Amino acid sequence: MSAPETGTSAIHVRGLEKSFKDLPVLRGVDLDVARGSIFALLGSNGAGKTTVVRILSTLLKADAGQASINGFDVRTQAADVRRSISLTGQFAAVDEILTGRENLVLVARLRRQADPGAIADGLLGRFDLAEAGGRRVATYSGGMRRRLDIAMSLIGNPPVVFLDEPTTGLDPEARLEVWQAVRELAESGTTVLLTTQYLDEAEQLADRIAILHQGRIIVDGTLEELKRLLPPAQVEYVEKQPTLEEIFLSVVGAEKR
Amino acid sequence: MNDTLVLLGRSLRHILRSPDTIITTAIMPIAFMLLFVYVFGGAIDVGSDSYVTYQLPGILLITIASGISYTAYRLFLDMRGGIFERFQSMPIARSSVLWAHVLTSLVANLISLVVVVGVAVLMGFRSGAGVLGWLAVAGLLILFTLALTWIAVIPGLTAKSVDGASAFSYPLVFLPLVSSAFVPTESMPGPVRAFAEHQPATALVNAIRDLFAERPVGSGIWTALAWCVGVLVVAYLFAVLTYRRKIS
Repeated sequence: MSAPETGTSAIHVRGLEKSFKDLPVLRGVDLDVARGSIFALLGSNGAGKTTVVRILSTLLKADAGQASINGFDVRTQAADVRRSISLTGQFAAVDEILTGRENLVLVARLRRQADPGAIADGLLGRFDLAEAGGRRVATYSGGMRRRLDIAMSLIGNPPVVFLDEPTTGLDPEARLEVWQAVRELAESGTTVLLTTQYLDEAEQLADRIAILHQGRIIVDGTLEELKRLLPPAQVEYVEKQPTLEEIFLSVVGAEKR
Repeated sequence: MNDTLVLLGRSLRHILRSPDTIITTAIMPIAFMLLFVYVFGGAIDVGSDSYVTYQLPGILLITIASGISYTAYRLFLDMRGGIFERFQSMPIARSSVLWAHVLTSLVANLISLVVVVGVAVLMGFRSGAGVLGWLAVAGLLILFTLALTWIAVIPGLTAKSVDGASAFSYPLVFLPLVSSAFVPTESMPGPVRAFAEHQPATALVNAIRDLFAERPVGSGIWTALAWCVGVLVVAYLFAVLTYRRKIS
């Protein structure tokens, strides 16, 4: 389990500590995320995943330790960090009163892009929202909101994207849509740090997985490396039953993309 | 500056899409005005002014006090919805999020004030004040709006519920009732009169009333200005402090 070199990692974290009043949430977190990879931070509710993301996206200051994004220190070079990142929080941070297209144009303007309208139309097409683009976001389903949210995060092509529990509260179809969007992101060279409490999500998407437990990273490695932590697999013959998710998706006729 | 303008455009679009917030803001002061002019007004002796003209300055202050509760409400919704954090994690001037809300509050309140003055004109309000007089009135009302808006920013940033975000405005709505706005302070018993004569609503009401009536404003306008600027500075400092604590 060798950590990548500091120079090549998009996210570099050492000894991060944070307490809320007397409650220690992070007790020395170390992470390295290689450029262009998908890194999953796994943990149960309250493990501190969101706190890590909030510190890395400059919304919260750590009590101790150091963290850098794209080579910029989150404490002393916060403005440079904000230029390098995009954050998609746990609750879809979209403007309900505006239309989907207006949301995208708003972010494109704030990121000082040359042609906000064209960027918005491009992203609406890419995220299957072209028809819904002129409607107010208040009328969108949960999956559409999350897709719009992720689309908003891509404007300006930030090299690092944080996805904080991107599929929590979504139905299985919407979850597959979000997974597909995340894969496309990584293929285009973006570094993705995603937090999740779903083990299968990490298994499906991540190049590297870390488990955050009681304020520390207790395991960090590729899926293969994590599997090797357990005794070698024993061969057992088990009748293959379809999972409920497979049944659900075949009954409702969703296409697995 | 560019960021503030883009975010201002967003908030103004919110107002355009839900004009009910402006209408509800204007309805309460208009109801007060109907009540005072057509129910109580006949029994109140205010000297030479017509009563609708006499009470309009107080109604305008009530309009602003009820309007800024929507400022707190809009800010609260942004905080709760997560879009505030999205903006804070973007490469934009961080204060622009707050300034956009403050400017939106100013625009929304000015629209409500115009609506209320329009209704007052229908009810018989007349003023011979010239351009300068009206500009002075507008200046005082803008300062008062900004002062109350910065007060509204504080619950907008810290409230835990929608009710908490807007409840703070009730005492502000009632402040003009215990002032020279609706009855001459001479008719009030000692302690109440002492309070009424030394609170900001009275200073503002008297200055605006004199401007409408083309009377010399005397030193009263400086008292009104001092109240507005004083409250503005203190509220601004506390709001910025609250904001810093929130985003650090």
